Amino acid sequence: MPQFELEVNGRRAVHTVAASRTLVQLLREDLRLTGTHVGCDTAQCGACTVLVDGKAVKSCNVLVAQLAGRQVQTIEAVAREGVLHPMQAAFREHHGLQCGFCTPGMVMRGIAMEAEGVPAEEEPVRSGLCGNLCRCTGYEGIVHAVVDGLARMRRPSERKAAHAGL
Amino acid sequence: MQDFEYRRVRAASEAAALLREDPSAKLLAGGQSLLASMRMGLLATDLLIDLQDVQELRNVVNAADGSVVLGAMMTHGALASHPELRSFAPGVAELAGGIADAQVRSMGTIGGSLANADPSACWSAGVLALGGEIHTSERAIPVDAYFMGMFATALEPHEVLTRVRLRRPRRFCYLKHEQAASRFAMVGVAVADFGDAIRVAVNGTMDGAVRAPAFEQALQRRLDPESLRGVRFDESLMTSDIHAGADYRAHMAGVLCRRAVARMLVGAPR
Repeated sequence: MPQFELEVNGRRAVHTVAASRTLVQLLREDLRLTGTHVGCDTAQCGACTVLVDGKAVKSCNVLVAQLAGRQVQTIEAVAREGVLHPMQAAFREHHGLQCGFCTPGMVMRGIAMEAEGVPAEEEPVRSGLCGNLCRCTGYEGIVHAVVDGLARMRRPSERKAAHAGL
Repeated sequence: MQDFEYRRVRAASEAAALLREDPSAKLLAGGQSLLASMRMGLLATDLLIDLQDVQELRNVVNAADGSVVLGAMMTHGALASHPELRSFAPGVAELAGGIADAQVRSMGTIGGSLANADPSACWSAGVLALGGEIHTSERAIPVDAYFMGMFATALEPHEVLTRVRLRRPRRFCYLKHEQAASRFAMVGVAVADFGDAIRVAVNGTMDGAVRAPAFEQALQRRLDPESLRGVRFDESLMTSDIHAGADYRAHMAGVLCRRAVARMLVGAPR
């Protein structure tokens, strides 16, 4: 089987997997990083969103092979030493979830929005979340959480903590 | 998904040579349509040739002749925020920023979209309205001779789409009516004003993206939403499915064209 070297959550390793293996299969089945969820498996729901070189990507629709040489970050690497990432803390405070299934993808998408320069305002956040579906329709709390999470990530005091976490 | 051999190449010519050796091989750009099709079992290949390391496919050039050249492997996301494209034609950058969602825009490319020629692809309508050429490893194909219908293009099996050269519009606007679940365009309309000519292209038809001569003629007389009053898009060209009938799609093409022209006139994105 072919070998692909990539970094997952700060750990660089060579993965021996079929060329057809998707990133989410590597994460969940091989590395047992089950925080990344599979919702639709057809690249529509965004539950499997992770960061690749800091950009949000649907891990069900990308090959491990494509990511050789790149950096992947999953929800497992977001909190550090028991301290929640500012985006996670905002989700907790605003109760940005109902059943929680879409939450890992929502949090990763929210974190990616910071680097994209999405303003911490309701409308741009709603449109920025259009690739992430919540089947409970619990969008109010999610939108409030991402708006606040973005504001927190941009506060100088929190910025240090956020960078330590990612 | 059925397994395959995976190769990365460093030059478009290398990919073209591999395609000549193995006509069943497929090119991988961002994979946002291809991988989904392969995973659904709609498509399989023995050899997948990844173009991500081909640097010559990644540049954007604002040419001295007033055109812009976009490398095939530029992602929608990179084009949406690209300073050259935003100054060349902000409306075109806006089209890129409205494709699918941010996750798809991180991976999906303009070349992949144009080679796939999905009948509802935003780029197909946008590029057809702008005019120019599609460049491949072999030749330059005029945009007007490129789209050949639903998922069909003038590309030969061994050709690699390398870049797109677009004509600079004075003003440009693309608007779409999205299918609520998939967020693909049910109908999209791109209007480009070149001063001496108006080009209008519509996607969501049975032939994919097509020019809309009736809209063009009406707008050539006067670039104003009112010029489109009573001008209908031919509904016999439109797709009809569970999401919308052909008559509705044709009606929406008119609505979107009027809105696009109205936006162009208030000096919104070019």
